[in-house]
Amino acid sequence: MTPPRQRPGTGETATARLARLLTLVPWLSNRPGISVEDAAAGLGISQDQLRADLDLIFVCGYGQMPDELIEVDAEGDRIVVRNAETIARPLRLGVDEAITLMVGLRALGDVPGLTDTDAIGRALARLEEATGALGAVAGRVSVSIADGQDTAGVLADARRALAAQRRVHLRYLVPSRDETTERDVDLMRVVNLDGHWYLEGWCHHAQDTRLFRLDRIEELTVLDVDGTPPSTARARDLDLGTFQPGPTDQLVVLRVRPGARWVSDYYPVESVTDLDDGGQEISLRTGDTEWLRRLALRLGGLGIVLRPGSLAQEVAYAARAALAAYDVGT
Amino acid sequence: MSAAPGPTAKTERLLNLVLCLLYTRRPLPKSRLREMVPQYASAASDEAFDRMFERDKDELRELGIPLRTEELSDLWDDEPGYRIHERDYALPDLTFEPDELAVLGLAARAWAQASLAGPAAEAIRKLKAAGIERDEDSLVGIEPRLRTTEPAFDPVRRAVIAGQTVTFDYRRPDGEVAHRRVQPWGMASWHGRWYLTGHDEARGAERVFRLSRIVGAVVPDPRAAPYAVPPGHDATVSVRRSTNGLPQPEPAVLRVRAGQGHTLRRRAVSVEQVDEYWSRVRVEYGDVESLADEVVGHGADVVAEHPGPVIEAVVRRLQGALRAHEVST
Repeated sequence: MTPPRQRPGTGETATARLARLLTLVPWLSNRPGISVEDAAAGLGISQDQLRADLDLIFVCGYGQMPDELIEVDAEGDRIVVRNAETIARPLRLGVDEAITLMVGLRALGDVPGLTDTDAIGRALARLEEATGALGAVAGRVSVSIADGQDTAGVLADARRALAAQRRVHLRYLVPSRDETTERDVDLMRVVNLDGHWYLEGWCHHAQDTRLFRLDRIEELTVLDVDGTPPSTARARDLDLGTFQPGPTDQLVVLRVRPGARWVSDYYPVESVTDLDDGGQEISLRTGDTEWLRRLALRLGGLGIVLRPGSLAQEVAYAARAALAAYDVGT
Repeated sequence: MSAAPGPTAKTERLLNLVLCLLYTRRPLPKSRLREMVPQYASAASDEAFDRMFERDKDELRELGIPLRTEELSDLWDDEPGYRIHERDYALPDLTFEPDELAVLGLAARAWAQASLAGPAAEAIRKLKAAGIERDEDSLVGIEPRLRTTEPAFDPVRRAVIAGQTVTFDYRRPDGEVAHRRVQPWGMASWHGRWYLTGHDEARGAERVFRLSRIVGAVVPDPRAAPYAVPPGHDATVSVRRSTNGLPQPEPAVLRVRAGQGHTLRRRAVSVEQVDEYWSRVRVEYGDVESLADEVVGHGADVVAEHPGPVIEAVVRRLQGALRAHEVST
């Protein structure tokens, strides 16, 4: 349910471990008889780490008499923690903890078409009550995940299709090729990434998993057809961004002037080298160079395609062809 | 007690100390704590113990544990006593409904790929420590994800929370790097990018900084005078204003080849058929340069016809691109 934490135990400081144990003890006390496997999963740690933690709290107490020590029974596969009333409750939320929840909830509250705004409001109110002054500090950090487009209808329809496992038909605009396409998709999830909403699903046209940006969907129709994705469909690992190069993609090298450094900020690149003039040399991989041709035209000389030579020629050709429409020299 | 090495022994010592300070009904002098916490026996001298105890107190307070110093009764009148009040320490008794836990879980998971993933997961564990596990899956399939890839994110966040003036080098869009000194007011994520808002001391005015343009370290100035964040300051509003800044939209006229320029046609005010090959598309624009960027990307399929500044910006780009690529071909 909660995301796994970063491998505690490896390089975890003594105080970080203490903070973790102050939550672990009440968490386990309130779940007598939980299995080692479930406890480790719920606490986001490995089973080895959990056993090491139990060995540690076993020798701790408000005194060293047996009745003063925390009792741990973990002989078999079941864990029972007793005599830990002194820390029956976890420590209050810290500022970073309060921020993540409050900022996250406020961002969710802005999502168009989300039906659970009532629950968001109630959860926020209860948290604010519990965190007091931290609420004001948390208010200094904000996140906007609305994309500023009118996508509420499409989002609501997509969620309906997802809940009912229905296939959808999309009319979808591909700006990098400037064309509108039609396709049937079995939805897997609705993801917000970097301020845009995406549908991820099995595209029957491409016979592969695809991401569709919500504000580029011109029309979404929920079909009366089962929309269970094939068992081979895999959600992508989005930690690398929405754009993921394939193994057959070709290497492109661009040199940009200082005024176009935003390019490496904006597009997924493989490597960036800073140059003496303040510019950069950027390498990236792509299967479709059309968007790069558009980018090079747009950069108007602030960016030069160094490789492949064929793409550089395409840019020169496209620029010359476009200039022909204007009454100017080249 | 146990002869566990280094960090484990320290965690045991701190946990025992917290338990003793929470359990006691009266403040305890450190001499008593030295007897109660077995790991203090390893201190070789009184001075070594004093140093260890001072450091332990600081570290507990850094974790947010409300360790209090109180006066002892007359018996040890020259010595302070210590304790932790349960009411200050413990998370208040919160009961969340299943649908509330579901949205809280979603809020926490949004940070799963960010530098705050640890605190987010820990917060949920604390809220669930009491044993409630019933989530509703009403939000199935929805996945907001927040990312904090900018190296400046963590130091800037700390400065915003602490209200501490910072200095850093900042690269403007034109590439120029300048030193800035800023009183942080807030931070916001907008279209997937993090921004800092605050008072720029040299410019004497509010400024918005994109975190990805901060070069090198963000250095807090602990000696800077305290400042107040203006009441009602909303970082998102400032960021939106600085990134959009659109004046009155102006009309532009473009010639678009049949079957091309879908993005332009989509937001057109009007589309008129010229002949079998071309349409005349009227759009409104707020910024000459952004419209020129969009037009030029279509190459020979879109031609700017009006107004002059848009035509000039398009031609300038095409000539620049041609010159750059003729040389390298």
